[in-house]
Amino acid sequence: MAETKHGTGGLKFDEKKRSWPNELNIFIALIVIIAIFEILGQTLPYMNDQSFLFDSRGRFDSIFNEARLRIIILQVSIIGIIALGVTQVIISGGIDLSSGPLVGATAMIVMSFAQTELVNGNPNPKAVFGQWAFDLPVLIPIIVGLIFGAIIGAINGTLIAFTKIPPFIATLGMFLICRGLAQAWTRGKPVSFPTEGYTQIGAGMMPVYWFIGLAVVFHIILKYTLYGKHTYAIGSNEDAARMSGINVQRHKVLVYMIASMLAAFAAIVLSSKNLTAQSGMGIFYELYAIAMAVIGGVSLTGGRGSIIGTVLGAMVFGVIQSGFTYIKLDAYFQLMAMGAIIISAVVLDKVRQERAATRT
Amino acid sequence: MSDIILETKSLTKHYGGVHALTDANFELHKGEHVAIMGDNGAGKSTFVRQITGVEQRTSGTIIFDGKEVHFSGPIQAREAGIETVFQTLALADDLDVPDNLFLGREKTKLDWLGPFRFLDYKGMREATLAGLEKTAVKIPNIRNTIRNMSGGQRQCVAIARTATFPSKLTIMDEPTAALGVQETEQVENIIRTLKEAGEPLILISHNMRQVMDLVDRIVVFRRGRIVANLKKEETDGQDVVAYITGAKTAPEYEGAA
Repeated sequence: MAETKHGTGGLKFDEKKRSWPNELNIFIALIVIIAIFEILGQTLPYMNDQSFLFDSRGRFDSIFNEARLRIIILQVSIIGIIALGVTQVIISGGIDLSSGPLVGATAMIVMSFAQTELVNGNPNPKAVFGQWAFDLPVLIPIIVGLIFGAIIGAINGTLIAFTKIPPFIATLGMFLICRGLAQAWTRGKPVSFPTEGYTQIGAGMMPVYWFIGLAVVFHIILKYTLYGKHTYAIGSNEDAARMSGINVQRHKVLVYMIASMLAAFAAIVLSSKNLTAQSGMGIFYELYAIAMAVIGGVSLTGGRGSIIGTVLGAMVFGVIQSGFTYIKLDAYFQLMAMGAIIISAVVLDKVRQERAATRT
Repeated sequence: MSDIILETKSLTKHYGGVHALTDANFELHKGEHVAIMGDNGAGKSTFVRQITGVEQRTSGTIIFDGKEVHFSGPIQAREAGIETVFQTLALADDLDVPDNLFLGREKTKLDWLGPFRFLDYKGMREATLAGLEKTAVKIPNIRNTIRNMSGGQRQCVAIARTATFPSKLTIMDEPTAALGVQETEQVENIIRTLKEAGEPLILISHNMRQVMDLVDRIVVFRRGRIVANLKKEETDGQDVVAYITGAKTAPEYEGAA
């Protein structure tokens, strides 16, 4: 980009001094964390001859431990889809706590429209609706799920934009409403036995492909479209955005709608992968999604962050989770360690911000 | 008659019992640069806030570009052609210079995509460079975010924003109050550029040298009223100060304050 090499008024700036992208820091952190687990694996006495990253027993064609890598990415991709939406909400200066329960509620509703009539020749024991709802084309549950997500997101966004209540409170209320709805839908009973077509959505590595595909789409949207620019502008200085003629209220509704639709889509993929829907699905997902975004450098004060960062944050999250299991850390301590890591990520972000502020 | 771009007739604003602005009769001609001076609390900013629709006036009329106007907010005023640089800068810290210049009026491509239409980054960058060159603003790297800029650079970006787009009237509320010598000079250069382009300006300032340097006419406010309307050639610094402090009141405003 030659035209940006010179400033205006004859001033020049040093091309090499261009700011170091934050995403690179997260990528380096990812490498460091992998290295730490690899070293721990080699040195801890009870870890006989296991490698975190590499194929130490000749089970795979490549040098990597493919099974572990596959599990890591599969593990994070469904929550990662939610994190893509949460990223946009946080960049716009808000927060969305309702995404986890929304996964539960959407899974219950969607699965009710995806059931087969006969299971091994017998009537479906988990049937929710009557005859009309069996063996529907796969598009119908998908559309129902996305519309439900859009409605919940529109309610969240409208409350936040027009009544000016804090996003934390609005989405906390929606958190409870959605979890309650998930439980009330079948009085707590699971919904199962989806159609063949529905099971294809989340089969095998499909969640990973959805995650990567949606990440690419939203990376482009956030970076190159008007929607993206206004999302950053509102998170950066809401008054300035309003003074500049941006319809802040309408934009916020749109951001929350997109976030909830992504969470609803994650629910579709998850219920398809698990072949069942339960009202307890998605517990802690909202927090994990926020954690992925924050680890990925999305600033909780709004205005800063990126989809690439969140994808890297999701990878860090997955690697840490998998690494804890690899070094046989007790499951109870895993949760505690995860909490500590999230706090450190936020503290690091704060330090980074303050350093940036004192530089000028 | 059509020479007048802005006219206010007995513009009045009360905050509860406080008469912040009383019976302000003001005229601005096309291409004219007018300074508004006065002590703190004299009603200068209040006057501007009524014109730009940031606040709603208590009574009086505003005639802009030949039509009586009732702006419900600053956006409407801007759409009508009034560009304002507020004391608190309306910039988004995490965006770079072109993004801020074009905030709310971005150049876009593929407009059928609605809110997801693509930004014309190249077009905006080129227009930004052209706009900054035109106003002689010095910014080393326009891709830098506002967060990483000095106060003077920020102010220049805010002013360049109003100067880049054609407008019928520009209002600046103490644009150089927080700036150093060099930065002040830059801002003053922008104002001279506007003068050459024939764009009318209302400048609120405390800086006597600056006012004497830049504008054609000085309007003095005191305790919510206009107390003097002075052509630059017919006055000097001491004279203006006399009006500001209340030692003098122009004969036509006798009994005002």
